[in-house]
Amino acid sequence: MQKLISICCATLLSFQVWAITPEEQGLQIIQEVDARDTGFNDSSADLNMLLINKSGDSSERTLTIKTLELAGDGDKSLTIFNSPRDIKGTAFLSFTHALKPDDQWLYLPALKRVKRISSANKSGPFLGSEYAFEDLTSFEVARYKYKYLADEIINGIDCYAIEMHPQYAHSGYTKQIAWIDKNRYIVIKIDYYGRQNTLLKTQIFNQYQQYLTKYWRADEQIMSNHQTGKVTKLSWRNYQFGVGLSARDFDQNSLKRAR
Amino acid sequence: MYKFKYLASIFLASQIFTVQAVEFSGFIGVESLGFLHSPLENTQHQHYFSGVAEFEWYHEWDNGKQSLAFVPFYRYSQHDSRRTHFDIRELTWLKAAQNWEFRLGFRKVFWGVAESQHLVDIINQTDSVENSDTEDKFGQPMLNLAIIQDWGTVDLFILTGFRERSFSGVEGRLRSIPEISLGAAKFEKYGVQKHLAYAIRWAHTLDNLDLGISHFYGTNREPSLIPIISAMGSLQLIPYYEMIHQTGLDLQLTQENWLWKLETMLRSGQGKTFLANTAGLEYTFYNVLDSSIDVGLVTEYLYDSRGNNATSMNEDDILAGIRLAFNDIQSTDILAGILFDRDSQEKLYSIEASRRFGDAWKLQFEARFFSNSKPNDISYFLRQDDHVRFELGYYF
Repeated sequence: MQKLISICCATLLSFQVWAITPEEQGLQIIQEVDARDTGFNDSSADLNMLLINKSGDSSERTLTIKTLELAGDGDKSLTIFNSPRDIKGTAFLSFTHALKPDDQWLYLPALKRVKRISSANKSGPFLGSEYAFEDLTSFEVARYKYKYLADEIINGIDCYAIEMHPQYAHSGYTKQIAWIDKNRYIVIKIDYYGRQNTLLKTQIFNQYQQYLTKYWRADEQIMSNHQTGKVTKLSWRNYQFGVGLSARDFDQNSLKRAR
Repeated sequence: MYKFKYLASIFLASQIFTVQAVEFSGFIGVESLGFLHSPLENTQHQHYFSGVAEFEWYHEWDNGKQSLAFVPFYRYSQHDSRRTHFDIRELTWLKAAQNWEFRLGFRKVFWGVAESQHLVDIINQTDSVENSDTEDKFGQPMLNLAIIQDWGTVDLFILTGFRERSFSGVEGRLRSIPEISLGAAKFEKYGVQKHLAYAIRWAHTLDNLDLGISHFYGTNREPSLIPIISAMGSLQLIPYYEMIHQTGLDLQLTQENWLWKLETMLRSGQGKTFLANTAGLEYTFYNVLDSSIDVGLVTEYLYDSRGNNATSMNEDDILAGIRLAFNDIQSTDILAGILFDRDSQEKLYSIEASRRFGDAWKLQFEARFFSNSKPNDISYFLRQDDHVRFELGYYF
């Protein structure tokens, strides 16, 4: 009898573990993605953006992005524009927060002026590209609500499909669906949806490299806009982790001399 | 494998070395400046061609903690010899440490938040022949120490060397009648006292509030204009530069789509002590009607306690403006506004636009129209000077 009860209990318990809701499961998967990408402290990388329109004409932008990881708050980042040459020296400082508005400053080198800018512009295009500001800000778990959808194979990689609903203000999306590599816990593909459930954009992540035997970064990201036929391709170079950056490298004084 | 790593590190080192070599960039441009009406004086012209070049050499070392920048500037203008000018916009050595930054040399410093006028911004002399918007500045020689603490940044300045404001010459437009006599400028102090100025500024960010408090002591950047009768019996306008104390406050509150701005300045030494303010706000609609266009509405109120005796045109004025950012590949921008004098009813209309062509070319357009100025307004001199300016620049 006792044995029977304990078997029942065990079954019940395991059933409870198994009966985790799709929302909980989605959150757990994303928390694991986040945990595996935590602890690098700081990074620096060069970014080449190739903007391609429907008829195949292309335009190029080059930037350097420095990031400082903060425990308990969103990351700080400094983006320095190198081309097109008329905006060379322009720099963008951003303090990301999970749910309250981000703090953002723009440095205009011709006027030597630092301008605090509104961070309500989440859905606008970044430098005329298919990337919105919100697509490029650092990932924070609390910015979305999650729901596990299914297991699917994307480009031969076994993935979890997770639905993500933005919880921050001014998002241009009603939802996103992200496919997470089950083995490495990295994003392989994201679909972006607008109102009336229309598929706006798809981003795919290619050529992942592992740094410091822990952190995975895609050398190539491609964002395709299904409405306009335009494509933006990001190519990352010179990834460096643990460069020794501190909060001092992400203040307005550093913004004014950023290169 | 080790050999490979060794080679890789040599390759990396050479990369770093290349990165640390001297960077060269800049732009060259041609400008067309056309006036819609015939000039007030027959020495002035209807149209001016001009060419401009600005280069930058930049070198950094010590892991980016030290740098040297050199930015010469030259504009050649048809007809107006005073607008043909050379300047060292920047020649600065910088040393940055954890809690301080030190700069030595010629450079430009901007303070403030407003769009219509820059009351608090006082370190540099205005290069007013370059553009009438007062946003172009001469390089100012200085020693500057920034002390960086949790409670803000304190900048200490010793400004070594006074520079006179530039004004259009006898053949130039956008000037007083008669033109301002440059060689005859008068100063309250001469010698070392004329040339040395001191300034201090504290700036800090508290959540969504950015603020700065500053003080300046030295020769005024904005001259009073004194009419005199020359030995030849003709009327002359002479710039007179007083010693002034100026205390400034600038702040901006950034809240969602709103920017709330205030600049206020108290100046003593130039006539009676006076107060001037710019207070305003900016609201931006992002991605209007599902396009990628941002529409910003700007309004500012400009006040000067001297009223009609003010040396500026902006003693009781309202700016209403609209800013369009198309967020396209060519970074097309348009800024249009009206500056309206509540007292005299005079108006200044202004449109600025810019668009990139290809990866290296940029076309800038500017139009300004003056209307309804009365004989006792400062802008009465500009009543014939409505103009349209194009500048095509090549950036490298």
